Amino acid sequence: MPQEAQRTNDFVIKFANVNGSGSASANALFAKSILRMGVPVSPRNIFPSNIQGLPTWYEVRVSEAGYLGRRGGVDLMVAMNPQTWDQDVAEIEPGGYLFYDSTRPIPKSKFRDDIHVIGMPLTEICNREYSDARERQLFKNIIYVGALSALLELDLKEVEKLIGEQYKGKEKLLEPNIKALHMGRDYAASFLPSIDLKVKRVDKVGNRIFLEGNSAAALGAVYGGATVAAWYPITPSSSLAEAFARHCRKYRVDPNTGKSRFAIIQAEDELASIGMVIGAAWNGARAFTATSGPGISLMQEFIGLAYFAEVPAVIFDVQRGGPSTGMPTRTQQSDVLLCAYASHGDTKHVLLFPADPKEAFDLGAQAFDLADRLQTPVFVMLDLDIGMNERLCEPLEWNDAHHYDRGKVMSFQDLEAGKEFGRYLDADGDGIPYRTYPGTHPARGAYFTRGTTKDRYARYSEAGLDYVENMQRLLRKFETAKQHVPKPELRAARHPTRSAVLYFGSTAPAMQEALDRLTEQGLHLDALRVRAFPFTDEVSEFIAEHDQVFVVEQNRDAQLRMLLVNECVIDPAKLIPILHYDGTPITARFIVAEIAQQMNALKVAPLRRVAP
Amino acid sequence: MTYLAKPRLHHPALEHNKLGFTRRDYEGAISTLCAGCGHDSISAAIIQACFELDLPPHRIAKLSGIGCSSKTPTYFLGSSHGFNSVHGRMPSVLTGANLANRELIYLGVSGDGDSASIGLGQFAHSLRRGVNMVYIVENNGVYGLTKGQFSATADKGSKSKKGALNTDAPIDMVSMALQLGATFVARSFSGDKEQLVPLIKAAVLHRGAAFIDVISPCVAFNNHPGSTKSYDYVREHNEAVNRLDFITGRPEIKADYAPGTVEEVTQHDGTVLRLRKLHAEYDPHDRIAAMRYLQERQAAGEVVTGLLYADPEPADLHAHLNTVDMPFNQLGERELCPGAAALDTLNASLR
Repeated sequence: MPQEAQRTNDFVIKFANVNGSGSASANALFAKSILRMGVPVSPRNIFPSNIQGLPTWYEVRVSEAGYLGRRGGVDLMVAMNPQTWDQDVAEIEPGGYLFYDSTRPIPKSKFRDDIHVIGMPLTEICNREYSDARERQLFKNIIYVGALSALLELDLKEVEKLIGEQYKGKEKLLEPNIKALHMGRDYAASFLPSIDLKVKRVDKVGNRIFLEGNSAAALGAVYGGATVAAWYPITPSSSLAEAFARHCRKYRVDPNTGKSRFAIIQAEDELASIGMVIGAAWNGARAFTATSGPGISLMQEFIGLAYFAEVPAVIFDVQRGGPSTGMPTRTQQSDVLLCAYASHGDTKHVLLFPADPKEAFDLGAQAFDLADRLQTPVFVMLDLDIGMNERLCEPLEWNDAHHYDRGKVMSFQDLEAGKEFGRYLDADGDGIPYRTYPGTHPARGAYFTRGTTKDRYARYSEAGLDYVENMQRLLRKFETAKQHVPKPELRAARHPTRSAVLYFGSTAPAMQEALDRLTEQGLHLDALRVRAFPFTDEVSEFIAEHDQVFVVEQNRDAQLRMLLVNECVIDPAKLIPILHYDGTPITARFIVAEIAQQMNALKVAPLRRVAP
Repeated sequence: MTYLAKPRLHHPALEHNKLGFTRRDYEGAISTLCAGCGHDSISAAIIQACFELDLPPHRIAKLSGIGCSSKTPTYFLGSSHGFNSVHGRMPSVLTGANLANRELIYLGVSGDGDSASIGLGQFAHSLRRGVNMVYIVENNGVYGLTKGQFSATADKGSKSKKGALNTDAPIDMVSMALQLGATFVARSFSGDKEQLVPLIKAAVLHRGAAFIDVISPCVAFNNHPGSTKSYDYVREHNEAVNRLDFITGRPEIKADYAPGTVEEVTQHDGTVLRLRKLHAEYDPHDRIAAMRYLQERQAAGEVVTGLLYADPEPADLHAHLNTVDMPFNQLGERELCPGAAALDTLNASLR
């Protein structure tokens, strides 16, 4: 048995369950109990594209240091699914723990010698206590939470309090749950050995909040002033549209009339969804759709029209593994190129890359200002890891002094005063023309919206000169976009270094831990988190300042790297891809191993300060 | 078509409507369609209808898809905003536009290629939702801009200009509209302006999904013997079930109608539709009977035209969604943003 150290507030516990068995709420209860003890946790659902009967996992990172990414490896496996037994047992770290239902004997060959095995006859206890089949199943989950609370020394008061909050108003359910919790805890205290994984109350959570990225992004849409949402159900984005509906019912019903200040349409497909968004935005409402990669593929034609006709649109892309029947419940960052250059003809689009729910809210709201300011589609690039997991993040904030930026819209007064209106006229030299909402003025400002067969006054034209002028203006507009999109976030190394790493989106939390581990190994890297496309000057300057730059992504083809090479005109040899794309969220260990191996192979000597 | 610019000079005696506009104020750019195209007659009917209804042109939004028919919004209502969207997707863009501002009039113009093939889904779903709009399909049974391929509304057994026989069953958009819940359904013929203009006017005032299928012969590719969408064929087989006299306000019924042949339908806003019955047994308020009648007459080779169905108490998408009266595009932070205080409460519930 390898040497063990007491691991307090720093370990990984994974629950292997069968989906549809009611384990999700028990597991969430477990994670939240630790949070209430002031210890940061980061749970992740790893689930199948199925409703009942297939394997599902819930991996909880417990980290007093505040690492919210996946670390890699499992210290305690709660193996409740015989289907995945072998795989689950194999994943445990040497010296780690296997907690399992020992009601039925399992042959010795099914275990490992280098792990601790803790058996508890969960089925037997349930069968003795409950006669109803559903109760047996549901309470089994609460009983193992009770047992774990004893093993890990969780504060029972916190667990009970959470159960109380969950069943507020349903007191009939409260009592049996508390009883099951105690049953598990008492059994563990009497019969199970002590383990070296512990949770100890600290104060490291602060005032942070715990919520899902999809819900936060939807709230961003409410705060950002979206009134029209058109969507088509697709995992992992459906919960974003549903959260928008929930938030709207709470915040957007006129208290005097009971009428809605929002319209949500579940469309017949993604084509209709984006069509409605474009129609609404053309007519001056703020509108969005939520979808995933296959939906973006279906929206291509319309996205191009919106680009050329310069209609604002906000598209939340909750990325997953492709293609359409691919891995709908697995996470990836593999729509970067799809969205950056979506549609036919010469197009480029604004992308935003939130890293956590707080940023999903902030950028989700900002996307509407950007879309109106730039009169173009804006993509908010979420992924399943951010969207469908509860994540600890800073509390949401809003500046009440902020006014929506509706961009360049000519009013009745402007038109009446005789201000020159040319729908595609670059009046200010920033590439952004003025628009009018339909119905503004009886005699001025009406125009006909179409793709590219037009001149600067929106008159029909197939002349090459008019086309080129328009396309050049669109490039100027994309240049202007750089002044408006969020800037990247720098984390400078402790020592001067010529090595660097670029990353974005949901890779952020694993990167924080990876950078700390690499520093411990004497490998120093400056790190830049890209938050938007088009890339602002800071990104190309950062690359120029370093000899080699690792680009960490969760896709096979190094899509962000391709975009950097292409758009910033960078020697590809300088950008070293670090790619994780098996559908599970990237881990700190993966990043550390890949970067360390490459840096050691390149024999990177730390830069020394020049003596004065 | 002609390359001559339209003269801006009006005849001083040109009739003005209540808003002081002449018919010319409802025109658009000069048509680039083929001389004799049925679509131009429909554009003229739209112009006439809007003029007679005293509509401020800028309060109309005209939207279309792709195809000859979808080009026409350039040729009428030059002071209205227009949107030439993508092929078969006008209904979704119109739906979104309608949600953004419920106060404008939405005129969707499409063709049989645009609405019966690539856009069949959006055609169906926009009617299902009850979007308040006038949805006109300029139906010629052929793809004109790509030079003469059959469309999905071409009748089985009809012949193309090059002599090919259509073997596919036709899609009858009127029957579909009835089945899908459109609250105003009519069919007309581009060559019968007297029938078409009042139908468009009634559709504009209808507060729900109004669908008009207008048979509109294509002179270039579908006006030959063997076509069932030619001027000659439609004239010969046109069976109008009624004639609509469109009346605003409540005027006297003229005495020259035989009893039982005139029916008045009072619309939601108080306007009256006066239907002159040409087929005594036809009831335009019975959706199921209308569907049966259409099938029967179609089997007999007739093209049934007229006001086929009208629901006097329609409900539209805004009613279904219970949206506020003020157009969404006029709502600002004050109405839409819950503010910082609400976030404090929310944050507290997420710990």
